[in-house]
Amino acid sequence: MITIENLSKAYNNVEVLNIPHLDIPNGQCFGLVGNNGAGKTTLFSLLLDLIAPNSGSVQNKDVIVNESEDWKPFTSAFIDESFLIGYLTPEEYFYFIGELRGQSKADIDAFLMPYTDFFNDEILNKKKYIRDLSKGNQKKVGVVAALIGSPEVIILDEPFANLDPTTQFRLKAIIKEMALNQKTTILISSHDLIHTTEVCSRIVVLNKGNIVKDIQTNTETLKELEAFFSGGIFEAWE
Amino acid sequence: MLKHFLLLEWRSFSRAASFKMNLALKLILGITAAFYGFLILMLGVGVFYLLQEDGYEPLSTINKYLIYWVVIDLVFKYFLQKSPIMHIKPLMVLPIPKNKIVSFLLGKSAVSFFNFYPALFFIPFSIVLCMNGYSVLGVIGWHLAMIALTYANNYLNLLINNKNGVFIAIASLIIICGGLQYLGYWDITLYTAPVFQAFYQMPIIGIALLLLPTLLYYFNFQVYKNSLKLDDSMKAKEVDIKAENFTWLERFGIMGTFLKNDIKLIKRNKRSKTTVMMSFLFLFYGLMVLNGAGYEGPIWKLFAGIFVSGGFLFTFGGFVPSWDSAYYPLMMSQNIKYKEYISSKWWLMVIVTCISVLLASFYLVLGWEVYLAIIVGGIYNIGVNSHLVLLGGAYVKTPIDLTTGKKAFGDQKAFNIKTLLITLPKLVLPLIIFYIFYKLFDIKTGYIAVALLGILGLAFRNKVFTMIEKVYKQEKYATLAAYKEKN
Repeated sequence: MITIENLSKAYNNVEVLNIPHLDIPNGQCFGLVGNNGAGKTTLFSLLLDLIAPNSGSVQNKDVIVNESEDWKPFTSAFIDESFLIGYLTPEEYFYFIGELRGQSKADIDAFLMPYTDFFNDEILNKKKYIRDLSKGNQKKVGVVAALIGSPEVIILDEPFANLDPTTQFRLKAIIKEMALNQKTTILISSHDLIHTTEVCSRIVVLNKGNIVKDIQTNTETLKELEAFFSGGIFEAWE
Repeated sequence: MLKHFLLLEWRSFSRAASFKMNLALKLILGITAAFYGFLILMLGVGVFYLLQEDGYEPLSTINKYLIYWVVIDLVFKYFLQKSPIMHIKPLMVLPIPKNKIVSFLLGKSAVSFFNFYPALFFIPFSIVLCMNGYSVLGVIGWHLAMIALTYANNYLNLLINNKNGVFIAIASLIIICGGLQYLGYWDITLYTAPVFQAFYQMPIIGIALLLLPTLLYYFNFQVYKNSLKLDDSMKAKEVDIKAENFTWLERFGIMGTFLKNDIKLIKRNKRSKTTVMMSFLFLFYGLMVLNGAGYEGPIWKLFAGIFVSGGFLFTFGGFVPSWDSAYYPLMMSQNIKYKEYISSKWWLMVIVTCISVLLASFYLVLGWEVYLAIIVGGIYNIGVNSHLVLLGGAYVKTPIDLTTGKKAFGDQKAFNIKTLLITLPKLVLPLIIFYIFYKLFDIKTGYIAVALLGILGLAFRNKVFTMIEKVYKQEKYATLAAYKEKN
């Protein structure tokens, strides 16, 4: 579904991302982990053509993203609050995204029904603008909006951050269910190793802009990742 | 402490993304300011002799009209002077006394061009007065009173900065007074002139007037000190949201979706509301120009026509796509084609321009020729200026913080000098075209030429849109990066 070739990005001659090749097949639930500054958000921004690559290309279902806009109809994302429109109510925002994706009001109402639990009665019919919601509730709105219109590629940056524990479990269930269908390619980045290993079938570790690990998730994956990320510390102790 | 504040200010100024791009613009701005400064200075020196030559008593004549200066100065400050901006949130938890933060902010506002330009007039004028045998003590008292009024306006502006209502009340009061005086019904200056004269005759009153800015400073201090809390943002706000579905717009497809959103944008954000209000005032601009002496020529009619019909286009359109800056990444990654996005903004401008032309039909009272100029101006605005505005917007990379209305400190001005500057070329071209055809043939041909230019622009709409789209795409990454930077 997504093919990356020779992709690199540098700011002021300092390289922040360099991926010679990466292939994400259709229907995969792809987890991206790494420390701050590893290049996770940079990679996602390149996938969405929000920043220009210094070299190489990103191909999203045969469309080179910085050459054509044709990837937009089947791709959706929630990166941060700049994907929300603060002066709308959550309902209006969902309808707006829905209209952009060819969904009627009734479609959206039906779509939102299963998320009643997830919203925990804090989102809909609250007579509040999105800008007045808490960070966690804003994230809920953004994540759910990214699922509207059954996109083929969904990109979520740090979806678990800022969410309360219950909501984290509910979100994991939602993503797992989508992953089971294997119709949607899901890309998730996270600092949380446990959540990521739980929902993703493949995990890629970024470190200072380079891919250092590419693992098909199995029972040992969490240990392997924990060993990797704590490695430096234990070595220093010894 | 002051050193730290000044350093912060300098850094926020010199590190702004817009700084590098707009150096040329800043230069033009600087030269313009110097030019006007020089003019005011010359006026200050010369006005005494000019008035004397015409047989007026200089000081009392100046005093007669001072009330209008005081109010117009306030209006200028309200629209053009930026309220003191500083990122206070990170400072609040640091061991800095609140009093210091507030007094720095208020002190900063005192050091502004808007408080210095009156000195350019009043200092030479006062010197000339003294040289011509006026009582030195009286002149000092009068001069101090002028300084006091300048700073009173400065702090009054800070107080009413958030309150459009107060401002509208003051502005309309002065328009009414001016109108009544012009028509000869009631002369407000009969009551205010003696007050200003008193500053000279009893200098002690002039000195006492310094209490006014001091008092206003104290008020501001209290207000801003109390607003140095984050209470407002902690409180969950519930708004009464009326059913705003605008279902009638749905028949326009994606365009309707965007238009719906833009209407909500305008209605629900302080900053956009101010802008639309401003553009409404443009409707009356023609009354000012067309009634004044020296503006009888048909070229001025067209000038007014473009302004009257294009207020919204200039004030709101000049900031496309900055209105969407807060969620620009969404617009750039959602299922939206550039062309759809740009043309929805274009339609918004076209619709409002048409409404403006309809609203301006009251100009028919001044004769059909005036209204014809407005219609021609409207056609030109729709056909040519709407495209120019969109094109210019691609380069205006100032992020707009729509929610500033909630914050005590922030850039609350939707209307600034930069937009005015960008506006100028859009006005000059049609006037030149008109002038050429008017001189070669007659007025009618001039109007027809300008209107044809507008229609020509409409005919090439798709071509122009493709061009604009290209520019937007070119500028996309730079725009996204600039919008990331808040304030």
